Amino acid sequence: MRERTWQDAGRTAPPTPGDPARRLPGSTTVTVLAGVVLLAYVVLVPLLWPEASSQASLSRARLAPSAAHWFGTDYAGHDLFVRVAQGLRVSLTIAVLCALIATVAGLAVGLTAAALGGRTDAVLMRISDAVNALPHLLLGIVLVALFRGSLTAIVVSIAVTHWPQVARIVRSEALTTRAAEFVDAAYLAGASRWQVLARHLLPATLAQASVAVVLLVPHAIWHESTLSFLGLGLSPDRPSLGTLLQQSRGEILLGGWWSLAFPALALVVATLVVSGLASAARHRWAPLADEAQVR
Amino acid sequence: MSTSATNARTPGRWVRRRREVGVLLARRAAVSVPLLIVVSGVVFLLAAMSPFDPLAGYLGDRYERATPAQRAELESALGLDRPWWQAWLLWASALVRGDLGTSRVFAQPVAQVIAERLPWTMLLSLSALVLALVLGLTLGLLAGLRPGSLLDLVCTAAAVIVQAVPPFVLSLVAITVLGLGLRLLPIGGVAPPGEPLTAATLLRHLVMPVTVLAISQTPWLLLSSRMSVRQALASDPVQAAAARGLPRRVVVTSHVLPVSLAPLVSVLGARLPELIVGAVLVEEIFSWPGIAAALVASAQQLDFSLLAVLTLASTLLVLLGSALADACYLLLDPRVSADA
Repeated sequence: MRERTWQDAGRTAPPTPGDPARRLPGSTTVTVLAGVVLLAYVVLVPLLWPEASSQASLSRARLAPSAAHWFGTDYAGHDLFVRVAQGLRVSLTIAVLCALIATVAGLAVGLTAAALGGRTDAVLMRISDAVNALPHLLLGIVLVALFRGSLTAIVVSIAVTHWPQVARIVRSEALTTRAAEFVDAAYLAGASRWQVLARHLLPATLAQASVAVVLLVPHAIWHESTLSFLGLGLSPDRPSLGTLLQQSRGEILLGGWWSLAFPALALVVATLVVSGLASAARHRWAPLADEAQVR
Repeated sequence: MSTSATNARTPGRWVRRRREVGVLLARRAAVSVPLLIVVSGVVFLLAAMSPFDPLAGYLGDRYERATPAQRAELESALGLDRPWWQAWLLWASALVRGDLGTSRVFAQPVAQVIAERLPWTMLLSLSALVLALVLGLTLGLLAGLRPGSLLDLVCTAAAVIVQAVPPFVLSLVAITVLGLGLRLLPIGGVAPPGEPLTAATLLRHLVMPVTVLAISQTPWLLLSSRMSVRQALASDPVQAAAARGLPRRVVVTSHVLPVSLAPLVSVLGARLPELIVGAVLVEEIFSWPGIAAALVASAQQLDFSLLAVLTLASTLLVLLGSALADACYLLLDPRVSADA
């Protein structure tokens, strides 16, 4: 089997961002509140001012933050308060989509490996170790460069490199369940492998899988914003936070610090909130996921 | 623990260790070689499926003016009409003979692009790695040895927050504040345009990219070493050493440090991809003339021959780095075994 011993040194390995939930008792409440505020901002602001980001006006371009434009305006006169909300929405949507696809794929592989065992298990785990060993973001850059501006390419590039971690967690949970007596009883009662899989193993791993979704979201946000920042993301009419930050590279040279500050703040706060929620969730519902290194 | 540490010094143990390292490296190689072949094949397959026409990249503006007949002729002359697996095999056989192809963006052989840019990348990444190791390990050890102290709280909070800031945001903030706001440091390149490259100007231009890259890699080092030290402090051998009345200095230097630093070697290998990604972003933002910036340029302008070689090279580097780090860990920590 795989060399487990130093992987297990992973307990001393990099904690994922946002570990404070483990130390400070009140921090879960703060994280949840921040999450609610963030969600309200992302959902409500683009609904309330739908025209603010589509109407370009050069007379309003590059205005510093003021009472009229809280976050200032960008090079085309778009209000950044609305623009950042939309960017965050695009980033979060892509990230959640990626996390869901990666988790479903990981669930399928992990369950198959655990249920069939033997050679299938060995081969599947070898493959997932191999994929896990690759430099994810670099392969993402290649994929997105070859399929420029395609949402599918971005989602696939993130999902395709992140399923192995989920597969590993799901497999170990399913293996534990497979050894339980009620599974033996099910086999004795004449259940097939697939019936056991669907009725016993799948439900047992769902808690881990749902925590995995949340754990993957911050990573997906980073991947997507990095790709967009390098100019390999979606087209500028659907800006994500990465696109906004890429545009700010030119703006800061003209003194427009706000076009960097607010998207950057949104990205950092979103990362902290989501990973804080993830770490709160895994401590509560899925301590096993603690062992997993997500990168 | 103490018995196995004694065993580690007897020759029999070392011979077994060497064999285990050999087994580990052979196993990794057995996985890595097919993996590299598959990765390069997939890159060629994707390129064939991509809507992008390599001829358009080759011709640039002239693509629109060329007639279909001219295009077809040029395609067969350049070998672009071959199926992807033929192109891949040809590329691989040239690679084996040492011919890496020619970069379109830089109008140079790929080997020359790499040779010119590798020293710049090494300078930047290695200085940043050293700085990150010094910062991360020192602060991590100090924080871990005094759990709950002010230093511990400040370091941990700072690390958690910095960890949530992507390297490109960190770079842009540094440029805005230090470069544009306070005008302390140059914001890009290795020397002012038109001026000769001297050690002093290079050093000035090196400060910001190195610091940003180092700071972006410090948090996980700090947090891992801190956690590692805390685990070591709570472990039985350390408690026993303290109970025997050994001075704290002796307990820390001869019991805590060896145990807690060894696993970090392995973690360092596992984090190599992050260092590479950090270098890619920092080089791109600070217009650093290194390999990582060339990778971004080749991706943005679809310089396929350069992109393929650089992807493969960085994959190889990551696999190699993690194998070597794990081998070191195996040698450093007698409790770890290769087969489990």
